[in-house]
Amino acid sequence: MTTNVPAVDTHVAEPTSGRKNFLNCSSGFMSWAGTLDHKRIGLMYLVGVSIAFLCGGLFALLVRLHLWSPEGALFANADYNQIFTLHGAFMVFLFVIPAIPGSLGNMVLPLMLGAKDVALPRLNLLSFYLWCSGAVMATLAIILGGFDTGWTFYAPYSIYTDKAVVSIGLGIFLLGFSSIFTGLNFIVTVHKLRAPGLTWFRMPLFVWALYATSILQVLATPVLGITVLLVAFERLYNIGIFDPRLGGDPVLFEHFFWFYSHPAVYIMVLPAFGIVSELVSVHSRKPLFGYKLIAFSSLAIAIISFLVWGHHMFTSGQSTYAMFAFSFLTFFVAIPTAIKEFSWVATIWKGSIALNSPMLYTLAFLIIFAIGGLTGVILGALNVDIHLHDTYFVVAHFHYVMMGSIALAFFAGLHHWWPKMFGVMYNETLAKIACGIIFIGFNTTFLPQFIMGSRGMPRRYATYVPEYAPYHHASTIGAVILGLGIALMVYYLVASLFSGKRAMQNQWGGVTLDWHTPTPPPLENFDHSPSVTTEVYDYSVLDLETTRTPAS
Amino acid sequence: MSHDGHHSVVIPAPGPEFQSHTVAHHFDTPVQEFQSAKLGFWLFLATEILLFGGLFAAYFYYHQMYHETFHLGGQQLDWWLGALNTSVLLLSSWTMAMGVRSAQTSQKGKLLMYCGLTVLGAVIFLVIKFFEYKAKNEHGLIEFAHLFDGYNGATGQLSWFTDHDGVMAGVPHGHLFFAIYLTMTAIHGLHVIIGAGLIVWIMKGAAKGRFHAGYYLPVDLVGLYWHLVDLIWIFLFPLLYLVS
Ligand code: HEM
Ligand SMILES: [Cu+2]
Repeated sequence: MTTNVPAVDTHVAEPTSGRKNFLNCSSGFMSWAGTLDHKRIGLMYLVGVSIAFLCGGLFALLVRLHLWSPEGALFANADYNQIFTLHGAFMVFLFVIPAIPGSLGNMVLPLMLGAKDVALPRLNLLSFYLWCSGAVMATLAIILGGFDTGWTFYAPYSIYTDKAVVSIGLGIFLLGFSSIFTGLNFIVTVHKLRAPGLTWFRMPLFVWALYATSILQVLATPVLGITVLLVAFERLYNIGIFDPRLGGDPVLFEHFFWFYSHPAVYIMVLPAFGIVSELVSVHSRKPLFGYKLIAFSSLAIAIISFLVWGHHMFTSGQSTYAMFAFSFLTFFVAIPTAIKEFSWVATIWKGSIALNSPMLYTLAFLIIFAIGGLTGVILGALNVDIHLHDTYFVVAHFHYVMMGSIALAFFAGLHHWWPKMFGVMYNETLAKIACGIIFIGFNTTFLPQFIMGSRGMPRRYATYVPEYAPYHHASTIGAVILGLGIALMVYYLVASLFSGKRAMQNQWGGVTLDWHTPTPPPLENFDHSPSVTTEVYDYSVLDLETTRTPAS
Repeated sequence: MSHDGHHSVVIPAPGPEFQSHTVAHHFDTPVQEFQSAKLGFWLFLATEILLFGGLFAAYFYYHQMYHETFHLGGQQLDWWLGALNTSVLLLSSWTMAMGVRSAQTSQKGKLLMYCGLTVLGAVIFLVIKFFEYKAKNEHGLIEFAHLFDGYNGATGQLSWFTDHDGVMAGVPHGHLFFAIYLTMTAIHGLHVIIGAGLIVWIMKGAAKGRFHAGYYLPVDLVGLYWHLVDLIWIFLFPLLYLVS
């Protein structure tokens, strides 16, 4: 059964019923730049993170093209260092971390809670502007000579290099506080602004996931903030604590950095989990299998993720006992993660599956994340990691989770809520084709990296021995395919804004509160403050009529 | 941002010298607004503590590694100036608490007075801190004029740490203690300045009669912030001044 076949002809151009929504209720530059509306802020984030993603993607293509030939095809070695650093830093700090909470989270969370806005709208706007200033600082850093430390900024190189580390460091500090304030806002919103009757266990799982993410954002990010500040101080007045020449210990930097950055990988992935939980249910028209398990596993992940940072440092010279403990604890992360994966598959099982584009992206996620997660477990095994550390195996692992899983879940969510946000539908056929191209391109890019990594190809090298050339060729071809797929996606999404068909009020037949408002939502979200009387994901209450009524 | 069909809740002023307050449109009740802001602010304070947590972690790491350096370094600080500053901040925490109390009981004059006293405490604290820094400067332990001149790898000379009296000569990496001392107290000092600025802002609002028993949220939050500034100092003082 598909739910997206309209029963009435809804070709464009029909004048809208004239009711105002958040998009057209006011206009002019300041009505956006100064808005306190969570939906408008969400859209501004969407534009921002998309630009960052496209920049990061461009850098990625440059990296891959350079690696076409063993001597390096495009850049001098030193310039190559800058290109891959730019790619990593843009993708991690400007895209993957803020993307889902900032854009879709802002857009959907208050809707799902039945609230008029997030609890602290001014702070929300501030978060967005902090993000912008972080982006400006990153761009400034490029103008001031770039930076070549890798996205991890390891000391002591980040202290000694003559590049613009201070500028990007301050940029990351600002981005960190942007992320903290978003998290803080969501925690307060979830605690204080749930609609009457919306108990904790009636909250959609996207909300649970964002809640767990927010806890991590608030608790882990300050440590990143002070770490990048200390690196900046180190460069400004040689404080000495990360500088071995001055008695400092660079390994302490690594501890600080990973104390944040391991939880940060869950800051990145938990919102993606939330989207997938939501989508497998809606597009299979079935309540989630193991709702509470999924909710609690998010919290479990949030807690465990604070205890495993040392698995990034198995070759740093930390004590053997610490390595033991970190390796052992790392395996525990796999448990709640696997619980989720099994629950999603069980949800789809015997569901009434609608194979529309959001669902296709979701299925792609399920496959790719299985590989990404399991290779993480392989890397968590101490003895294996000694060999695989700093090889392309690690690169492939984290691209399977960050690009293949998180970015794809973001795309899935974008396709899912696109009709909700704009009241229009993109071209579904093109969407399915693009999803296929992206899936193929992605795997062609990164599967070979597992193989060459396990055969010893080190990461971050500008040149390589010719034996690895076939893998690099495959990878570069894959990257081009992936780039084309993404370009196609951008095309039909943007095109839909100008000539898309009208979407339905409830395009996919969702039953969470976000589908109980007019589409697109009015400025204050609900015409009447909603209250909740049914359990979450109870599809028996679905009013099929809303899936056939065109958006207003 | 109030819209057709939505009532807005207004908290009436208790008397002519006060203003009434409109609850933000997305809240249903003043209590909800109050609790949301309070929860948000507590979370913010948690991030501040974690931010300092990184510095404290670095402190303990190097204290453990360079025990003697930290002992000797601690001896170079004037513990009685530190103690004096501790009492100034403690006292100012009390005046701030009394300020919040006055707002809750709609005593405009007292609110202004207690806030003023708190700002005075902040100023005294900063003046004392200034003289402490000055002394360090004179002994070549932290030479502010050369703070950003860098490190000369060839001579092993750090521009801002000359230690010309040789007080730290016998211990390894004497500058590390002072680097940490400077960084922690400077970041704390920045918080003192921000806190004092916020209290001045509160005083402006108070003069206009914005705060009263029905609405004193900003006073409450700034009060919490000031207590945090105090609390962090309570940890800094023994760690830095009494370490020997
Ligand atoms: C779920 C989402 C995940 C994300 C977003 C993620 C992300 C990352 C990233 C970015 C790195 C490389 C960092 C760098 O050195 O630049 C990495 C490495 C690693 N990951 Fe994951 N990861 C995820 C899941 C897992 C899981 C489930 C495990 C194990 C249970 C795991 C274990 C590891 C280990 C051990 C390394 C270190 C490998 C090395 O550097 O030698 N990861 N991951
Ligand atoms: Cu990790």
